[in-house]
Amino acid sequence: MTAVANDTDTSRPRAAARPRILANGMSRIRYEVKTYFRSPDAVFFTFLFPVIMLGIFTSAFSSSGDIVPARGEAGVSVGAYYLPGLVAAGLLLSGVQNLAIEIAGEKSNGTLKRLGGTPLSPVSYFIGKIGQVFVTGTLQVALLLVVARVVFGIALPTEPEVWLRFAWVFVLGITTSALLGIALSALPRSGRSASAVILPVVLVLQFISGVYLQFYLLPDWMQNIASVFPLKWMAQGMRSVFLPDSFAKLEVHDSWELGWIALVLLGWLVVGLVLSRITFRWIRKDG
Amino acid sequence: MSDEAVTVRDLRKRYGQMVALDGVSFEIHRGETFALLGPNGAGKSTTIEILEGYRDRSSGEVDVLGTDPGHSTLAWKAKLGIVLQSTAEAGTMTVTEQLRHFAGLFPRSRDVDEVIDATGLREKAKVRISKLSGGQRRRVDVALGIIGRPELLFLDEPTTGFDPEARRDFWSLIRQLKAEGTTILLTTHYLDEAAQLSDRAGVINHGRLIDIGRIDEIGEADARVPIVRWRDRDGIRQRRTTEPAALVTALAAEFGHEPPELEVIRPSLEDIYLDLVADDAAAESAVSETEEVVA
Repeated sequence: MTAVANDTDTSRPRAAARPRILANGMSRIRYEVKTYFRSPDAVFFTFLFPVIMLGIFTSAFSSSGDIVPARGEAGVSVGAYYLPGLVAAGLLLSGVQNLAIEIAGEKSNGTLKRLGGTPLSPVSYFIGKIGQVFVTGTLQVALLLVVARVVFGIALPTEPEVWLRFAWVFVLGITTSALLGIALSALPRSGRSASAVILPVVLVLQFISGVYLQFYLLPDWMQNIASVFPLKWMAQGMRSVFLPDSFAKLEVHDSWELGWIALVLLGWLVVGLVLSRITFRWIRKDG
Repeated sequence: MSDEAVTVRDLRKRYGQMVALDGVSFEIHRGETFALLGPNGAGKSTTIEILEGYRDRSSGEVDVLGTDPGHSTLAWKAKLGIVLQSTAEAGTMTVTEQLRHFAGLFPRSRDVDEVIDATGLREKAKVRISKLSGGQRRRVDVALGIIGRPELLFLDEPTTGFDPEARRDFWSLIRQLKAEGTTILLTTHYLDEAAQLSDRAGVINHGRLIDIGRIDEIGEADARVPIVRWRDRDGIRQRRTTEPAALVTALAAEFGHEPPELEVIRPSLEDIYLDLVADDAAAESAVSETEEVVA
């Protein structure tokens, strides 16, 4: 084959490839969302989990009175206080926990091997996964907020600029979480061990990052460790949305630190992107 | 366009110390159905997975539809159909959903309903794959393998778990694909399947190709000579002869009645294959014995 023939051979499919990658990505999103809602594990441990936790917190502490930012100031109910943490936990579960376990399973049960034998680009596959996380995460937070408002009577913010802030924290958080999930899926050696490897990581993060425990009550060293990881910043961002501004003084630096939230989450997004790109393989070639 | 769909030259594969392929060479012509035969662990799957681009080779040259599978592109994958050995996927989609999705990934895929009918899945079209039996899931694997209208179809033990009727259906499907010009590489444990479907076969054992040729040429000429078998006072006797009728007539005259348990056997591919692999094993152990003596 001559060099000229070679050129035309490779450039033509490549020019046509980009819309194809996008179209396949969209088709993957539909497929992935359907798969998600047909998997009882995913629906229970990822999708409904924050709602269930909200129910437990609200009921368990219903008689313990409001949480106040300072003595004598107006406070919020325990349920209202925990809501932002659980919204953040939803981001982590939908992204990190869901994808890390799901992809590790797909690796070991042959799903990825089959896909690797088709003209599906890994980019389309990633679009499908991130899209699945985005769709299910959005539905999850919508459900959580509706339940919080309707069932538990928790007041939600009304100012448009606060909802704008919610939007960027949510989008940044869910994207970072999805990419970290893809990256972490390389860790478990098999699909069967995936839950055992991933769940403790996710659980510990939730405890030290202010999801189940009030962050301002944690010792400094624990707060410092948590500050390295993204969940603490997602939770802080969500507190800035759902709690009154008077609660800002309970934060480590007496402020919501929105700039830092954006910076740290963006940093982890890049880390997730790079790690995903480096570690992802359809199959372990010589395993 | 080359006349060969697949060219393999001196292919070698090592896993650490273990030599899985020790210099395998063969071609598959365009439009041909080629069977790769051999016992478990002989190197069939390693070979087919190198051709599919799933495994790297240690050395040798491989060309599949004009591309080195070690440097695969999406456009190249679009021309392949791959039926792997059975997998354990979750199967949350229905048969139709799964086929429709995969059809969308290929640029010139077949009609989903046509493929469902051709693979005998019509009654199960709306059933989730996880609810299907092993044989039905295998049909889905085959359906997914052909949905992209491949130029080259890899079938790695495709009929495992099929009942006899399903295997017949599968054979007629493969003949139809062949008639449309599809090149097919088949590995199978069922030698009758290879005999039914393939134009040529290669027999692989201990990582080496020990024979290759048209199905009616595999094995040495001697291996195809009919066998006459009967019982006399000393037990079962057998003799290879190119004139079995003459021998049977002579036996009948000698016995003065029907020779007990008389059989005339024309060696099947299976018999020839088993002889081949057994001879190879004997040659192998002879070699290792001489080596021991030398040592």
